[in-house]
Amino acid sequence: MSILIDQNSRIIVQGAAGVEGQFHLAKMIEYGSKVVAGVDPAFKTDRVGGIPAYPTVKQAVENHQADTSIIFVPAPFAYDAVLEALEHGLSLIVIITEGVPVNDMIKIKQLTKFSSTTIIGPNCPGLISPGKAKLGIMPGHIHLPGSTGVISRSGTLTYEVVQSLTKANLGQSTCVGIGGDPIPGSTFIDILKHFNEDPQTEQVVLIGEIGGSEEEKAASYIQQEFTKPVVSFIAGKTAPPEKTMGHAGAIVSGGKGTAQGKIQALINAGIKVASIPDEIVNLIKNK
Amino acid sequence: MKIYEYQAKNLFSQHEIPVPLGKTIDNPQQLDSIFSEFNSPGIVLKAQVYTGGRGKAGGVKLTDDLDQAKILAREILDMNIKGLPVKTVLVEQQIDIKSEFYLSFIQDRDNSCFKLIFSPQGGMDIEELARVNPDKIWMKAIKYFPGLQSYQIREILTQLPEISLSAKKSLYTAINKLYNLFIATESSLVEINPLVITGEDKCLACDAKVVIDDNALFRHPQLASLRIPEHEDPFEREAKEKKLNYVKLDGNVGCMVNGAGLAMTTMDVIKHYQGQPANFLDIGGGAKSQQVYDALSIIVKDPAVKVIFINIFGGIVRCDQVAEGIIQAKNKLNINHPMVIRLIGTNDQLAYKLLKNENLQVFTEMSEAAKQAVKYLEESPK
Repeated sequence: MSILIDQNSRIIVQGAAGVEGQFHLAKMIEYGSKVVAGVDPAFKTDRVGGIPAYPTVKQAVENHQADTSIIFVPAPFAYDAVLEALEHGLSLIVIITEGVPVNDMIKIKQLTKFSSTTIIGPNCPGLISPGKAKLGIMPGHIHLPGSTGVISRSGTLTYEVVQSLTKANLGQSTCVGIGGDPIPGSTFIDILKHFNEDPQTEQVVLIGEIGGSEEEKAASYIQQEFTKPVVSFIAGKTAPPEKTMGHAGAIVSGGKGTAQGKIQALINAGIKVASIPDEIVNLIKNK
Repeated sequence: MKIYEYQAKNLFSQHEIPVPLGKTIDNPQQLDSIFSEFNSPGIVLKAQVYTGGRGKAGGVKLTDDLDQAKILAREILDMNIKGLPVKTVLVEQQIDIKSEFYLSFIQDRDNSCFKLIFSPQGGMDIEELARVNPDKIWMKAIKYFPGLQSYQIREILTQLPEISLSAKKSLYTAINKLYNLFIATESSLVEINPLVITGEDKCLACDAKVVIDDNALFRHPQLASLRIPEHEDPFEREAKEKKLNYVKLDGNVGCMVNGAGLAMTTMDVIKHYQGQPANFLDIGGGAKSQQVYDALSIIVKDPAVKVIFINIFGGIVRCDQVAEGIIQAKNKLNINHPMVIRLIGTNDQLAYKLLKNENLQVFTEMSEAAKQAVKYLEESPK
């Protein structure tokens, strides 16, 4: 097992003809993901990276029985792309695009509240079930199949942690980057629920950062319902208040969303928190 | 994007939210004409800055004397509030205040909706009020579809038995209009504190705060044009123009990192080993040699920087391109600061070769590199 994606996921790439879309479409195929079609809303091409491309998701789904989408279209068109994927019944939609307006995400969250579709992102690296499928922009080679689930709001920081896990021979079941925006499609808790049900996942690394209160909510969920050990790291202990730290969602505002507050909440819930990323491996091994 | 109070009040006027009569000045002499124009003695002078807490910092003054107003205006224009120089003063008519309220709309990230926040105790800092008197903060969740409803406003206003019907009506209108502005500008926050009822039962927005969602600016060119680059921190401004994420901090280790989470972590790791980061700088997930060059050129302009710490995890980013950018910057910009480079990932061996040829030392572990940066700091001349 693994969560959300595996070797059987039938993937379409929305925005496949753009620079980013083309590059990562090729990388995903190279990793072994079953990418079945591209969508090029600009009508420029009918083939991309050796696979068929269509101007609409409708055609891609009808012709290739796709169930999963990854979106690379520019921010002004991301809302349309998500709605298109929702309309055609895809069960997992990953938005890689950075710069999606917050109001567009508020609308998407309201529209999908009672839907069974999972949305990951925006402004995220995507997800990977090592050895099975990669649905994202992370470097595939640093991953190793195994039993550690990883959830993070960040990209390169996650690669950093994954690499150290792999070096210590701690393979990963699935690594999910939920993204750095204030309103993500899926929260920590949404992903933790999947890990809770997944027999392959034996423990979870949760990488949070300043801003919002998703880490605090996750801490209380873990304490009450999660059955597996969790190790955490929170970035941004030295971040000044009222400044956006790169990620639109990484801001300490009105004294809320501090790293210290999140670390305390996690510790209070009995979760081990690494003070620097180097400590994560040891905390897992000494569980 | 933050805008000034006077810019926010212009938006208010466009959306028919009443504001006091006001004019901006950047020179005390401009007060002469304002005094004759206002035709009433009492004025308020308000420092325009992109931060809260200006009242406590002495950035708001009242007077009814022209000569004293000029002296006070000079004082305000010479002020620095939380490190930000005051370049503009908003001069407004004093208002006959009967009662003060707090009103705001926010994008509520915890519940993925909007929130209306109202308090009968206006004029106070809302975070302070939340601590001392949370019962006096009233909130309504608003869904994007269908938006703010009439009953939600009425439920708020019925909790105010002591004010007159005409005052209630003008509050009702102000709440509605502010919501329209909030939606039309796609703001993350619009706030009026205080929202005043005057002696004549009129509603007036005595202060105005608007924070616009940067990501939505592409739909609002007229709002994007409210940005005044000359009033921003020069380093942050240059970084923005070069599409880098930069935040100035108080320390002396200049940082360059790819990715926001890793950039924050790098600062934390430096601090963990007793160093102080001079900045947050994220060159982005897909950076090439030009971004590296641009980033280093900003870092070395900061006189506080004693040591440069580069931390790159090459996933999509190619380490050899990063190395090229570093070498170019070092030679063209004559960088003499000690440099600690931590670089791993795609094409790292190629990068190590390039850097070794330039006698630059490379680390593969972030903690080892951070320790070395702090060591250089201790050795550097004070």
